[in-house]
Amino acid sequence: MHFLFEPGFFTSGPVRTAAVIGALTAVVSAVVGVFTVVRSQSFAGHALTDVATTGGSGAFLLGLSPLSGFIAGGVVGGGAMEMIGVERARSRDVATGIVLGAATGCSALFLYLDTTQSATTGATQQILFGSIFTIDPSTVPTIVILSAATLLGIGVIHRPLLLGSVSAELASARGISLRVVGLLFMLALAIAVGLSSIAIGSILSTALLIGPAATALRITRSLRTAVAVACFLGVLTTWLGILLAYDSVSWDPSSQGLPVSFFIVAIVFLLYLASGLPFARQLSGRRAGGGPPQGEIPPRREDASLGAAV
Amino acid sequence: MTVAPVLEVDGISVSFSGRTVLDGVSFEIRRGEFTGLIGSNGVGKTTLLRVILGLQRPDSGQVRVLGQSLSAGGRSLGYVPQKVLLDPDIPIRARDLVALGLDAQRYGFGRRTKAQRELVAKMLSDVDAEGFADARVGTLSGGEQQRVLIAHALISGPRLLLLDEPLANLDPKSVQEIVALLHRVASDNGVAVLLSAHEMNAVLPVMDRIVYLTQGRAASGTTDEVVRPEVLSKLYGHHVDVLKLHGRVLVVAEPGAENDDVPDHPPVTVT
Repeated sequence: MHFLFEPGFFTSGPVRTAAVIGALTAVVSAVVGVFTVVRSQSFAGHALTDVATTGGSGAFLLGLSPLSGFIAGGVVGGGAMEMIGVERARSRDVATGIVLGAATGCSALFLYLDTTQSATTGATQQILFGSIFTIDPSTVPTIVILSAATLLGIGVIHRPLLLGSVSAELASARGISLRVVGLLFMLALAIAVGLSSIAIGSILSTALLIGPAATALRITRSLRTAVAVACFLGVLTTWLGILLAYDSVSWDPSSQGLPVSFFIVAIVFLLYLASGLPFARQLSGRRAGGGPPQGEIPPRREDASLGAAV
Repeated sequence: MTVAPVLEVDGISVSFSGRTVLDGVSFEIRRGEFTGLIGSNGVGKTTLLRVILGLQRPDSGQVRVLGQSLSAGGRSLGYVPQKVLLDPDIPIRARDLVALGLDAQRYGFGRRTKAQRELVAKMLSDVDAEGFADARVGTLSGGEQQRVLIAHALISGPRLLLLDEPLANLDPKSVQEIVALLHRVASDNGVAVLLSAHEMNAVLPVMDRIVYLTQGRAASGTTDEVVRPEVLSKLYGHHVDVLKLHGRVLVVAEPGAENDDVPDHPPVTVT
């Protein structure tokens, strides 16, 4: 055991807090992440991490907890993106890009001020790359409540959200308001990004959001199993990352220990690569060969004026 | 007391930025009837279906479903949209998509009951989709996806099923299968069908009535009443001939006439 778990791993307070927070944020990220991938909103998710960075660095400057900044930044940024352009994929992309650029510029300013005013580079490291071992235990209840609320929210909207993701036409024909569902989902996405920013840093939070979800989606058939597998992979990854980072004190020459974020992101990446292996792909129920479906004539070009009318 | 028609479309007009798409379109669909909405591409078939669904507000006119105004009757409609692109990366099995036809609009948790799961299984077997019920819908062929979408639209027990160009992009064998399937499922369940197509021949054998749409105006009735030179010539505003050959119908404009909008005629001028 000594070989695997360095002394003090199970009794260390920070490790225990990290394990709880890590598992919670991994589960929220996985659940929200599956829908993010299905809705092709990975880019929006990444942009939110930039906005969360702005919020986190701003909060640090004001002496507030980074978590409140991460989440406030994400919610404001997500709302802005959803307001600017929801009509078409292209305008959504542009809106996301515009918000992202502006937010990153503000982050540059805030991080500069954080560093110069507190005369330490710790702020930059903490905001961008996370600080799961130095989480203030008093923020744990907040994190638990936010996680539970997000999971509950996704559960409540999951059916309209899923049909809206499959086909906007089918959903609106059933009277589902895509606008309401889209805004609620953006809110959940902002909170998920805020939470994983605490765990692995705002820059890397997309990895925990998209990675386990994308891996699960490659090897499962139904949404239910995809969510379950993504949660399992997310928690496994986070705990393994914490373990490796804790143990790394003994192999790192400087005896400082290497960052958790690096290990988590590395495992996420390796799992995603493994899910592309042929035996894993077969689990998703794709037809052999993965080619286009048989017996289909290429789509006919529809009259342009009809497209405009719709 | 007479039974209200399933659908009454009364003087619907729609224009987009000054261009008139529908100009006083009126027709009725009675219970259990199979109606073809026939017209060439861009003639306003999708717009008309969206008006019936309440997704597009008409400039004038009204739609009644089962004698009620649209908002009240909306739940009695099933809809299969045009060209639904189902992404193979979306983790949804044929079975899941059919089940969403029951409860997609419902917020909240709640597992589906055994009765609901049995209904999904029955619906899948009604459209001959049992063989691929557990495959991801995005990996299915066009004809297979149509079956799943039809089951999704029918499972909530609508009185009227609207289908927007369900036969486009299908190979001839799938077209025949889907038409036969729609006819069977609709008459078994007493569901009226309004199916849009840019070509009438595939649905001729099963069609009770036709709504022929061109230049924003519509003529409706049985095929024999509508698909006649005098009726269609009046609708087009210029002379067209109707040829019946081997049980197929061809609508042909005279040489030199603007015949781009004649659906069953290739856009070439015969000299």
